[in-house]
Amino acid sequence: MSVTTIPSRVVSQRQPGWLTRLFDYKPFLIVACLAPAIGLLMVFLTYPLGLGIWLAFTDTTIGRGGVFIGLENFEYLLGDPLWWGAVFYSVFYTAVATFGKFALGFWLALLLNNHFPLKSLVRAIVLLPWIVPTVLSALAFWWIYDPQFSVISYLLVDVLHLRTSNIDFLGAPWPARFSLIAANIWRGIPFVAISLLAGLQTISPSLYEAAMLDGATSWQRFRYITFPMMMPILAIVMTFSIIFTFTDFQLVYAITRGGPVNSTHLLATLAFQRGIAGGELGEGAAIAVSMIPFLVFATLFSYFGLARRKWQQGEAND
Amino acid sequence: MTELVAQSPDDAGAAPETMQWESRTRRMMLIYLPLCCFVLILLFPFYWMAVTAFKPNAELYNYKAHSPFWISSPTLGHIRHLLFETAYPHWLVTTMAVAIGATFLSLVASTLAAYAIERLRFRGSPYVGLAIYLAYLVPPSILFIPLATVVVRFGLFDSPMALILVYPTFLVPFCTWLLIGYFKSIPYELEECALVDGATRLQILWRITLPLAVPGLISAGIFSFTLSWNEFIYALAFIQSSANKTVPVAILTELVTGDVYQWGALMAGSLLGSLPVAIFYSLFVDYYVSSLTGAVKE
Repeated sequence: MSVTTIPSRVVSQRQPGWLTRLFDYKPFLIVACLAPAIGLLMVFLTYPLGLGIWLAFTDTTIGRGGVFIGLENFEYLLGDPLWWGAVFYSVFYTAVATFGKFALGFWLALLLNNHFPLKSLVRAIVLLPWIVPTVLSALAFWWIYDPQFSVISYLLVDVLHLRTSNIDFLGAPWPARFSLIAANIWRGIPFVAISLLAGLQTISPSLYEAAMLDGATSWQRFRYITFPMMMPILAIVMTFSIIFTFTDFQLVYAITRGGPVNSTHLLATLAFQRGIAGGELGEGAAIAVSMIPFLVFATLFSYFGLARRKWQQGEAND
Repeated sequence: MTELVAQSPDDAGAAPETMQWESRTRRMMLIYLPLCCFVLILLFPFYWMAVTAFKPNAELYNYKAHSPFWISSPTLGHIRHLLFETAYPHWLVTTMAVAIGATFLSLVASTLAAYAIERLRFRGSPYVGLAIYLAYLVPPSILFIPLATVVVRFGLFDSPMALILVYPTFLVPFCTWLLIGYFKSIPYELEECALVDGATRLQILWRITLPLAVPGLISAGIFSFTLSWNEFIYALAFIQSSANKTVPVAILTELVTGDVYQWGALMAGSLLGSLPVAIFYSLFVDYYVSSLTGAVKE
């Protein structure tokens, strides 16, 4: 047996050309394998990120390279009520929508954690809003919010007789702001619910049994077992949710485009309006860059604020 | 199956159930009722989309004579208008091509990267993995303005190729992370056996690791496809000519015209644009849920 295999191995090691041997050389293989991913990310992510920060300090417009003008763009933004409005609405939008998504999403996850017939079908249906292109569901919401033919107004006025006139969802600043937040919550619930459901399923049932033997009420079980055990996953999901809600663009651009009277501009839509539609690349980049401190702060806050508790609990348990 | 379900409450669930005093009505009120509300609200916009898409204009704008929740005389007029009087089929093809191209590119790149990080272990490989994952936290809204200048400089402005090259920036981090998890679950001994038998590293990847990682590849693939199909801001910023637009952008910029919106056609377009991902999704629901939850658990 060994006599026959040894010559064949010698042959098979001699046969491969230099190319095969090169690809079997580990350092080269590592570089070759990482090159496509790292290359793509460097050229289309890291470089643009740096370029964006550079553009924010120049007066570049479309078709004309700019020169370095220092902090002028940012000084201009600080005196610009529209920018302050966008900052306000971005923070407000993120805070209210995140709160709504997590309250409702956590509730839905708790509901889905029970046993009931057709569970997998319900779980599949629940994810739909997250799967479908946001712009397309945003269009459906636009139609639902139509001033004249809104189905919600129809329900309230003609079916339930709670109101006498149609609601003007998108015509006035505050209704428009809350309408957008409602659409964002609608779209965000599935992701939060399914992620948290995964976390719920990792909690050992024996903890609940022990608590029940000790006479804990269902609220106490939620407060002292479910909630603390969910902290690590909550921290991760919330970090993601905050980042992507704060930088949201599609929903607002599709439904209001920042109107009425610029009251629903998020920083991202304002950056698009000034940078791409208006051609002031430098100023648009400055608005986009001004999102970064908020993002870093929100990430640190949600991640460390929630994750630190996890460490404390971990120490207490050990 | 029914026996299992029937048995389990007897064995394990009986004690907690009596302790909770959980009656049937209570369960109804606390679980089924809210659940029904959730499902109803989450599905309503889609129902509304579908109803609007098949409703003739006469019914669409007359709630007094026709109930808005039902269609008395369904019509295919809006869909016909969409398919034969607009460039909608062309937009669908473009979107499909972009989504498939970007998915393919990011799958290749992230498979190789995940293999290098997880299997070819080298000094600092966990940090490379972390760095790739952190790239996922950079939102497109910050990048689209500088990326537009990069795309122009590469001569790719207004070309679907730009989108195929740019989408991997948010697909590769996620897919790499997902595939690292899958590669981790494949026993290392299998590769050692192959190595002893004289297989080259690439043969191992192609013949042993990849076939075992197929579920992970499918998860990553459908995720990438859905995300590229749904992408909006890059497609809006980089594509100008009507023919090269993707479905979400085209519906919003080409079909929304004038002061009177053609809601029937708009909703028909939204419905048709949602269908491919919805069908794709229904075929692979379990992969979706497992990849979503798997990514969170990591």
